[in-house]
Amino acid sequence: MADSSRLRFKHLRPPNPTKSSDELAPDQQSVDLEPLSTEERKKLSRRSFLSGLGAAGFLAGASPLVQAAPSVEPAPADADGGSGTLTLRVNGKEYKLQDLDPRATLLDTLRERLYLTGTKKGCDHGQCGACTVHVNGRRVNSCLSFAIMHEGDAITTIEGIGQPGNLHPMQAAFVEHDGYQCGYCTSGQIMSAVALLKEPIGTSDEDIKHAMAGNICRCGAYTNIVAAVRQVRQMRA
Amino acid sequence: MQTFHYIKAASIEKALSAANGAKFIAGGTTLVDLMKLNVEQPKALVDINLLPLDKVERLPNGGLRIGAMVRNSDLAWNADVEKDYAVLSQAILSGASPQLRNMATTGGNLLQRTRCVYFREPGAGAPGGYGCNKRTPGSGCAALDGFHRTHAILGISEHCIATHPSDMCVAMAALEATVLVEGPKGNRTIPFAEFHKLPGDTPHIENALEPGELVTFVDLPKPVEGAKGVYLKLRDRASYEFALASAAVVARVEGGHIRYIRVAMGGVGTKPWRSHEAEAALLGKPVDASRFRAAAEAALKEAKPRADNAFKVELAKRCLVRTLKLAAA
Repeated sequence: MADSSRLRFKHLRPPNPTKSSDELAPDQQSVDLEPLSTEERKKLSRRSFLSGLGAAGFLAGASPLVQAAPSVEPAPADADGGSGTLTLRVNGKEYKLQDLDPRATLLDTLRERLYLTGTKKGCDHGQCGACTVHVNGRRVNSCLSFAIMHEGDAITTIEGIGQPGNLHPMQAAFVEHDGYQCGYCTSGQIMSAVALLKEPIGTSDEDIKHAMAGNICRCGAYTNIVAAVRQVRQMRA
Repeated sequence: MQTFHYIKAASIEKALSAANGAKFIAGGTTLVDLMKLNVEQPKALVDINLLPLDKVERLPNGGLRIGAMVRNSDLAWNADVEKDYAVLSQAILSGASPQLRNMATTGGNLLQRTRCVYFREPGAGAPGGYGCNKRTPGSGCAALDGFHRTHAILGISEHCIATHPSDMCVAMAALEATVLVEGPKGNRTIPFAEFHKLPGDTPHIENALEPGELVTFVDLPKPVEGAKGVYLKLRDRASYEFALASAAVVARVEGGHIRYIRVAMGGVGTKPWRSHEAEAALLGKPVDASRFRAAAEAALKEAKPRADNAFKVELAKRCLVRTLKLAAA
């Protein structure tokens, strides 16, 4: 996460770095106008800029979900307790979240508040599976669940499945079988595949395909994905 | 999405007392989807995930009591369901995706909206938007002369032709389930056939629940000795797609004749479509293809197809014939 975004947006820097950004025409302004300190970055990431502040032009034609931040009160503490703080247990760590909007999905909370961006937003309506995470060991679409409903649940994301140098066998199999092209669906595919290892599905490739039917891949890496899943299942058999 | 007050109910009593003006949320797979589209705009959500309704238990009469909070995947993989109510297990596993089945609950599946593309369209039912009598009574039905390829051919009215989307419900209709409900006026039971409503001229009313009522259990009767259950779902894709036509059959064959028969169809009705017509044409009859075809003709006799879903009439007949063959084998 560190400073890579500075390099990423280097090409968008104003052509004349000595000019202040206010003097630039709107089409010359980059998203990252100035290099941000780590503290500033936590408060204003590129994503929060795009999703919260309704920058003109960036959001033309965007879905109704991405709106100017509404000036609405956070939900009051409910009668059954709850201090307005939500504790989420993700990948074995506890995160305390204040002032969480009740409408915040688990997906958006993982990505935007916890900066666990390995989980992707594909359709935001439970139809593509890119947002697949584990809740208490079971695979679910995190886009269709409100974060506030998950107090006390054990949540696992792709970041918790393995790390570089210590890959989960399913991650290693995806690499070995080239089970991805653009990579956008991949974390969801892997999370689904890892969860299905504990589900009572049959042994054939048809069974794997049905069990992976909730994860779609626009690049069409399906054959290789099935091969990766088959290999790990055989290893575990 | 409109904001809402959120309450996590620790007990059924607490859930019922908080229900006024609120919607219950369990898995959320249909509710959150519709809330994102501003089709559903509850002012408050009562989270019922803590309620003690997540068991599948044998009843003294030999039947099965399914808690409303039992997840669809757990229900489908339950050993008693697989053994004694196989049609239900097959039906659930044919629906949605594995992730959705892990989140969705019995109650939620029962109560999902009877919906179509126009119903889900932001702005439908509002001035300038597509007509949708379900969203706004009196605003018209855009599907009648619009996209209606996947819409219903049975139980329709000029106000609404949306297909009931559930597979679980088709199996439960064939199994003659009973829905148990708790509410401000106490407990009651609703026979499955009466739970879902035809659109008529009130398509916004889809089921028999009164405001504030909570589905607590679905009971299945004692399994029929020697009967075989089969669910067959036909659709454009091999998975993760609604039915164009489906059939749930429970049949017992003895001496080459059908001694017990229940038939329900999906993908074709505005509610889960129990077919007494098909059953009457089959009970006591010998097992043969022409009888199956006659039963299918009877089942679809009242079908009212439109230009783009007329194919469903023949498709549904062949689906039923195939399912009967599988069940009688």
